[in-house]
Amino acid sequence: MSFSLSRFFAVLAKEFVQMRRDRVTFALMIGVPIMQLLIFGFAINTDPRHMPTLVEMADSGPAARAVVAGMQASGYFDIIGTVTSAAEGDRALREGSASFVLVIPPGFERDVQRGLSPELLLSVDASDPSAAAAAVGAMPGIAATAVAETLSGPVAAKATTPDPFGVTVHRQYNAEGKTSTNIVPGLLAIILAMTMVMITAVAIVREAEKGTMEALIATPVRPTEVMLGKIIPYVLVGYVQTLVFLLAAKVLFDVPFIGSRFAFFLGFNLYIVVNLALGFLISTLSRSQMQAMQISFFTLLPSILLSGFMFPFAGMPGWAQAIGTAIPATHFLRLTRKVMLKGATIPDIAPDMAAIAAIMAVIVVAAMLRYRQTLD
Amino acid sequence: MSDDLAISVRGITKRFGARTVVDSFDMDVPRGAIYGFLGPNGSGKTTTIRIMCGLLTADAGDGTCLGFDIRTEPQRIKENVGYMTQRFSLYEDLTIRENLDFVGRMYRMKGRRAAVNKALADLGLADRAGQLAGTLSGGWKQRLALAACMLHNPALLLLDEPTAGVDPKARRDFWDEIRRLSAAGVTVLVSTHYMDEAVQCDYIAYIAYGKKLISGPSQDIPAMIGLHTWRVQGPEIGALEAELRSTPGVGQVARFGAVLHVSGTDAAALEAVARAGMARGLHRWQKKEAELEEAFIYLMAGASDNFAEAAE
Repeated sequence: MSFSLSRFFAVLAKEFVQMRRDRVTFALMIGVPIMQLLIFGFAINTDPRHMPTLVEMADSGPAARAVVAGMQASGYFDIIGTVTSAAEGDRALREGSASFVLVIPPGFERDVQRGLSPELLLSVDASDPSAAAAAVGAMPGIAATAVAETLSGPVAAKATTPDPFGVTVHRQYNAEGKTSTNIVPGLLAIILAMTMVMITAVAIVREAEKGTMEALIATPVRPTEVMLGKIIPYVLVGYVQTLVFLLAAKVLFDVPFIGSRFAFFLGFNLYIVVNLALGFLISTLSRSQMQAMQISFFTLLPSILLSGFMFPFAGMPGWAQAIGTAIPATHFLRLTRKVMLKGATIPDIAPDMAAIAAIMAVIVVAAMLRYRQTLD
Repeated sequence: MSDDLAISVRGITKRFGARTVVDSFDMDVPRGAIYGFLGPNGSGKTTTIRIMCGLLTADAGDGTCLGFDIRTEPQRIKENVGYMTQRFSLYEDLTIRENLDFVGRMYRMKGRRAAVNKALADLGLADRAGQLAGTLSGGWKQRLALAACMLHNPALLLLDEPTAGVDPKARRDFWDEIRRLSAAGVTVLVSTHYMDEAVQCDYIAYIAYGKKLISGPSQDIPAMIGLHTWRVQGPEIGALEAELRSTPGVGQVARFGAVLHVSGTDAAALEAVARAGMARGLHRWQKKEAELEEAFIYLMAGASDNFAEAAE
């Protein structure tokens, strides 16, 4: 048997023709690398800047103002406002509207001049240690430079020995800076997105692909009975996954769960529903189980890369954050971290719930439009 | 509508986008009949069947199925109809019993367990009830699918090419079962490509490009087409066959072993061909009555122009 070039080329040509005909696969072959390239190349930044920062100014003298100005100028911090009480600052950190709260103690200016070396307090949302690390590292240098610039004459001479003031960093929610404490709660969002979306899409498409759907709808069964009957089992799968997950998080990784269980339960159910809706939408777009898998995988990539799961959300450029905001995983991930690590309750997670609900509305409308087209 | 009709539809039309798949289709299926639904692939048979059992809504036309309005009462129709789809439509990863049981539950059957046991016994699958349906052979799958759609004792059975890809023995068994059901009073509407199956039907409708070309009792179909046939026997039949095919007045030539059936709609022209053939003295020419076989070959050949005009 000799190798025939013409036969070999025939097989080769046939393969290309088939590749071109399968539009979904073809689109993904081109789309996935481009998407990955764009995300990894432009969106991901492990040295995030412009972190939202609040200031509690109990002293607004020149030294304090210089510190704040220096933080803003460093690029690491975006001063988004001031707070008047510690409770207000804590709340912003818990909600996630600020990553840092700088507390300038009363009499800071005076104490610096007297050489008492007062302490600035920088409260950090350390639930994502990698997001905070760079900014925290830059802080002492920024502050020292700023104060040195504002002090002059005899005061300067007195003040520079040994240090005009100190910066105390208070890492909240993840004092030890463990990566697992941040990754594990976020992982739940990814696991659920992966299984719920894919399983739903495949389960629905399988019925159509195998031809059993036609026989099924030829019986008196109602469409709602079919849909609910097909989807509820996977909701239960999601429950089991979450339970196993929470147990493992506690036992293996010692991740705390300090927030409201009820708040988590609400958010978790909403998140499961949005994923099932997405799976349903994908099922209306695919003709085979293979396509359903591929499209599900395609939606999973941004969930992993742009949601803030692997890389700090604050470090991404505006367009990537905009895409990330449209992904349900982004909001559920925040919700889970808030509840598990920051002790959030229902009011704290309301914005995330609203965001997921809004995304769900869009998906459901799209799925319904698409479903109606393919009905007859 | 008459109570004697299981299906009675008028002017059924269905479009998919710009394509008219079924075009002003009329059909009357008498109760208890085996009604054959013939036509080439893509002629709209499956779509028509789906409309009649309430799976699709027609763009135009109306009618009844088992006395229920096909437009407004699809739910009632579904409860009383057994529909066997073209592809094996049971769950391959469920066992035989689980499949039957599931179908029974879809119809909310009372005495489901007994019905499933009886179906298994009738099939002769009682001892294999725990076997996965996907592991059955093609013929057994068809029989199981038939049993599944007969489980709720429907008055009307819609079979969409039920024996496609099944071996001849299994096909014969399958048709024995169909006739048994028909004798028990079940109306059967069956679409098929096979001539030998069409012959078994009491009534026949032939559809092409969404339009019904002809319908009526099977034995009347050849006469309705107006087909005349001569039987030719003799030596070197292959050469004669080729010659006759290009002879004017001959509509079609069908070969059955060493015998040719020469047919056409123009009796005089055909007779002239026969006379000429007899004059050559090589072959034996006999006039015979045109039968369904000839009629189907004629229809499937795309019909000649005069027929297409006559149908319009």
